[in-house]
Amino acid sequence: MKKDAEKMTFLIPNMAPIHFGLIRQVFVNFGYGAVLLENTSSKVLEAGLKYVHNDICYPAQLVIGQFIDALNSGKYDRKHTALFITQTGGGCRASNYYYLLKKALKRSGFEDVEVISLNLKGMNRSKTFHLNPIMMIQAFVALIYGDLIMMLANQTRPYEKHQGDADAMIQRCLAILGEKFSTNRGYLNQSMRANFRRITEDFAGIPICRIPKVKVGIVGEIYMKYSELGNNHLQSYLESQGCEVVLPGMSGFIFYGFDNVPTDRHYYGGKFWSSIGSGLMVRIMTRMERNMLSIVRKQGRFEVPSSYHQMKKNASGLLDYGVKMGEGWLLPAEMLDLAKSGTMNIVCTQPFGCLANHIVAKGMIRSVSAMTGANIVAIDYDASATEVNQENRIKLMLSIARERLGE
Amino acid sequence: MLRIGIDVGSTTLKCVALDAEGELVFSSYERHFSKIKSTAVSMLDCLMKQVGDCDVSIGISGSAGMGMAQELGISFSQEVYATRKAVLEKYPETSVVIELGGEDAKILFLSGQLEVRMNGSCAGGTGAFIDQMASLLNVETSQFEELAAKSTAIYTIASRCGVFAKTDVQALVSQGASKEDIACSVLQSVVNQTISGLAQGRRIDGNVVYLGGPLTFLPTLRRCFDMTLGIDGICPKNSLFYVAIGTALLSDGCCHLGELKKLISDYEPQRNFSSLQPLFASKKDLEEFKERHDCDVIPQIDPSGYSGNAYVGIDVGSTTVKVCIVSEDRHLLYHSYEKNNGTPVLAVKKSLQEFMEKYPQIKLVRGCSTGYGENLAKTAFCLSDSIVETVAHLYGARFFYPEVDFIIDIGGQDIKCFKVTDGIIDDIFLNEACSSGCGSFLQTFFASLGYTASQAAQLAITSKNPVNLGSRCTVFMNSSVKQAQKDGAQIGDIFAGLAISVVKNALYKVIRCLDPRQLGHHIVVQGGTFLNDAVLRSFEQELGLDVVRADKAELMGAFGCALYSISKGAGDGMISLEELRDFEYDAKNVTCNGCTNHCHLMISTFRNGRKFVSGNKCERMVNPSAFIENPEELDIYAFKQKYMENLDLCSGQGRERIGIPMVLNMWELLPFWTAFFTALGFEVVVSGSSSRQTYLDGQMTVVSDTICYPAKLAHGHMQKLADLGLKKIFYPCSSYNVDEKMGDNHFNCPIVAYYPEVLKHNIPFLEDGSISFINPYVSLASRGKFISRMHECLGSSKSRVAKAADCAFKAYDDYMNAVRTQAEVIIENARKKALPIFVLAGRPYHADQEVNHGLDRLILQCNAAVISEDCVAWNEKKQKRDVLNQWTYHARMYDSARFVLEQKDMNLIQLVSFGCGLDAVTGDEVRRIIRSGNKIYTQLKIDEIANLGAVRIRLRSLIATLDERSKADRSGNGR
Repeated sequence: MKKDAEKMTFLIPNMAPIHFGLIRQVFVNFGYGAVLLENTSSKVLEAGLKYVHNDICYPAQLVIGQFIDALNSGKYDRKHTALFITQTGGGCRASNYYYLLKKALKRSGFEDVEVISLNLKGMNRSKTFHLNPIMMIQAFVALIYGDLIMMLANQTRPYEKHQGDADAMIQRCLAILGEKFSTNRGYLNQSMRANFRRITEDFAGIPICRIPKVKVGIVGEIYMKYSELGNNHLQSYLESQGCEVVLPGMSGFIFYGFDNVPTDRHYYGGKFWSSIGSGLMVRIMTRMERNMLSIVRKQGRFEVPSSYHQMKKNASGLLDYGVKMGEGWLLPAEMLDLAKSGTMNIVCTQPFGCLANHIVAKGMIRSVSAMTGANIVAIDYDASATEVNQENRIKLMLSIARERLGE
Repeated sequence: MLRIGIDVGSTTLKCVALDAEGELVFSSYERHFSKIKSTAVSMLDCLMKQVGDCDVSIGISGSAGMGMAQELGISFSQEVYATRKAVLEKYPETSVVIELGGEDAKILFLSGQLEVRMNGSCAGGTGAFIDQMASLLNVETSQFEELAAKSTAIYTIASRCGVFAKTDVQALVSQGASKEDIACSVLQSVVNQTISGLAQGRRIDGNVVYLGGPLTFLPTLRRCFDMTLGIDGICPKNSLFYVAIGTALLSDGCCHLGELKKLISDYEPQRNFSSLQPLFASKKDLEEFKERHDCDVIPQIDPSGYSGNAYVGIDVGSTTVKVCIVSEDRHLLYHSYEKNNGTPVLAVKKSLQEFMEKYPQIKLVRGCSTGYGENLAKTAFCLSDSIVETVAHLYGARFFYPEVDFIIDIGGQDIKCFKVTDGIIDDIFLNEACSSGCGSFLQTFFASLGYTASQAAQLAITSKNPVNLGSRCTVFMNSSVKQAQKDGAQIGDIFAGLAISVVKNALYKVIRCLDPRQLGHHIVVQGGTFLNDAVLRSFEQELGLDVVRADKAELMGAFGCALYSISKGAGDGMISLEELRDFEYDAKNVTCNGCTNHCHLMISTFRNGRKFVSGNKCERMVNPSAFIENPEELDIYAFKQKYMENLDLCSGQGRERIGIPMVLNMWELLPFWTAFFTALGFEVVVSGSSSRQTYLDGQMTVVSDTICYPAKLAHGHMQKLADLGLKKIFYPCSSYNVDEKMGDNHFNCPIVAYYPEVLKHNIPFLEDGSISFINPYVSLASRGKFISRMHECLGSSKSRVAKAADCAFKAYDDYMNAVRTQAEVIIENARKKALPIFVLAGRPYHADQEVNHGLDRLILQCNAAVISEDCVAWNEKKQKRDVLNQWTYHARMYDSARFVLEQKDMNLIQLVSFGCGLDAVTGDEVRRIIRSGNKIYTQLKIDEIANLGAVRIRLRSLIATLDERSKADRSGNGR
């Protein structure tokens, strides 16, 4: 930990409450007083529209809006506040969020607030924050835990006999894990497996009543896919319409990020060392994922999602693994995997005008549905896209889904 | 038991009742003018009169009915699903359904894999769109069919979304194209829009059924579909009611009709739309506001008491014509403001003639015109001058408020804003085609809900809860309004919300200001839209500043023209009363055969042989003395085109052929790849420059309607190569561009990087492998890796590939050097002739004429030279930017902007493709660089629209400003 950091508050935009809540614990564990932003009022978007170019993607407007709105609230001492923003370093405009945030801070008079870029490429190094390898691996562990909890909860909530059980269980798991993290436990194989088992058992203990429900998968640009603020509470909406929602895990995106490096090396050369490092990370994560999946499988109540490697293999011949901007080849691979594993209805979310999704989502939907017969609807999100239009499209997808369920 | 289906569309309400056998026993179709509840109740009344108070089941459909259904617990059917249900019931053999509604377009593919397409959020409506176009032409929608059926020519009208098409139609109207032809062209554009937006790669054939209002009422529209698709579709009986019928089939529940009627008439929608502060907090505020603005009046005198010289100003706008006649001492003698009704010349003639006949003692000594039809008016009425609109408005505003430092004009179709520094236009903002549709948008909106503009304004200023409609392009507002209606907003709240959103749109989208308070301190607002007090008030509220609006805000352009004439002194007069009396003109359409462009020319001939030609892209046939024979001496874009056409492809030697589409990055890499493949022993076949037809040929397989135009064109290029009988097509992918070591990285944008994948997965002949499509992932950044990759992908021996790579890299260097050398020649030529030089900064593919719409030639016609970003960027040294500078093409733009700062006679115009997300990042940064050196930043957004009207205004204003600046500089130096 670097000096001065103990006095600082680190703000994290809230993309996915379960995952980011766990990652926050990791940061706290290392002495960084991180806070997950909960502000979601209409002022967030207003601030975003005011300080960010209106043609830039919607997630940037929301994330930056959330920061500025938080700073405006006066809750945080600006001299001791820093903002976390991720930077993928890929060829899409998301890599520019760091700079857009800095510009927006300048325009809104918060120029002195520090911005910390979370990236794996050593861009824009910070004076107060240092992402060391242990912390990074622990953050990935947190993601795997997050994926597990999310997956179990999503398979339980629509069928629970007593409404609210699944959500209460999420909170319980988060509390237990938080406590373990704070004493530096739960990261290593042995204890990780024990925790996986316990979480799985806990969810399996919730009484349920299985009735046939329409299963709807959500894929898309990562922020739109997970953020309720961004996708107008898509998951709750679908669940209120009597669906079971299947959300592919977030660790897939991390896998994909590391796994692209050797592909890049094969196609364009260079990157010897980072290719070795990435391969190592993929191996570490593969083991964690394998542990998690086998425990879920053994327990028996839940449907076990495909592993990353399985999903990748199944998608061979679909979109070339060289497509690595935005969600790249992973997005159609997820759609294909969902359809092949029985989730035939898919909502593909993206910010309006998303460049990468012109290729990887809209460009591939036809192929995926031709291969599998999946019922896919693409929904654009935007500051002025109206809910009524989005709902109407989703309703159409649901009508077809219900008809098929009836058959 | 009867089954009732109610379909609540965006503009109409449809209600049907089916008996137990599924026979239609009742149907009703009405415009609901937003009064959904009362319309529905009156329909149920009719039904009850017919069938009595029997048992019924009920279903509701349509997005505007969603809220009602939910709250009343009535079953709701998604409208497309309902259509499908009804069609399969009546016509089980149907393969495709095309349904156009008030604002929706849908295609249902029923045979084989079921697919349903609805128009995206960026495609304007269709029925409402036709209504809008009809009102532009000043005809009833019902006459539209009659007109369209008689057409003889079809013009290109942008088909992407309603707002674009409107721009084109307005241009055609101003140029005097016949209403018949425009009407038919509008319908054809609807067809193109539907196909390109919705088919998304799937063929429309088999048994096609047409449904919905427009397709029912407009047989010509059906014919356009039939012809374009090569099918013979049917429009069944009751084609208006299919959604309602399907809804009835899907209905459930059981109650008495009377109960149902009561349920609906008791329904009070929940008020939960997001609302804003009212425009006026109290009556006192309103009175103060009115009083303040009532003071600003143009001085007027009665012409009957005046004799002597007078000056005429004419503003031929997109939808209206304005005429002002002003005395020598600058008093307004006469003014008129009329809709141009598609024949602007006649409207002006009427006004002038009226004045001259009534006041023979006044001599009209000089006249000046401005606006879209300025040249037409100038020729028709023998005026001495015509000026660009911005200058006209500046003259008008300065008269009113000499210290004015900011002017905003919201007219029928344009937003024009400009900063004024020391009496010179400093920075110009015009609306991009995307956010246009201001005044006429409001007006059409009011009309569609059954109100006049002044009624609407009145309702708006008394609204208590203005709806928050956002600040986006107006097409989006339609659906926001729909949502607000669903949520129970009052009509006045909607009108107030519209006024506020028009203002926000202007401030945040067009001017892109972050702090409205910094626009200026002496602001003048002009244009008819500001006559609406709600718009004016919300503008002041948003600025936090009182502004000046003249009482005749809509006349300021014409008034400014007249003032300009006065400043020029008495001239050669203008058309005489005699000539006006038997004024006649004839407009004829011809196709110019001067070159391969085949422009549709519109020739207006007047009595004494004066002629006015419009629609021409060049001056070759129209004004030969102004035609530039060798454009490449002054225009690098022309040079690039020629260079690409003259590459050695090794044709006619009987070699194996490989096709290369001339798209996106190929506009720079073609020399590389042709050299590479010819060295490997191939004959290279290039798809060549694009044309409008290229786009049309490929539009069926375009999957994303909001992607940039250069990418959409790629589909047509593949078709062209397939038509040439090629069996092999090469088009590589690459995350990385060439590495010029000027930025933080050397990426391609996602579209350039991976578009071949979209083609491969969506074009049938590539998908099924009947043409072998070679798209390896390979970059030119590393020569060694390039050779091993190509060896791996093509299977040729490494040494052959290495040799070919040598040729290829040399060819690339040669090309880049040739461009730079030619740029030096152009700069020298321009400096010899003292012409201003413009750096038209874009991406390599902007050299395609179909992409840039001949912008470079337009600049040439304005007497200036054109170079591009890659000509000069290399002069600069690497410098850190305020944004992540990770794309090769974009790094060049930054560097060329830096270069321009050092050159006195150079200015930069940034070309931006509509839908290019990266330019949201680069636009701001290039602007920052340019403004840091006190130069004027100009951005031109281009898309499939071919109308260059707005671009021309911008260029002319820019050139006028540069002129004035250099004049001011010179006089400053003299002192």
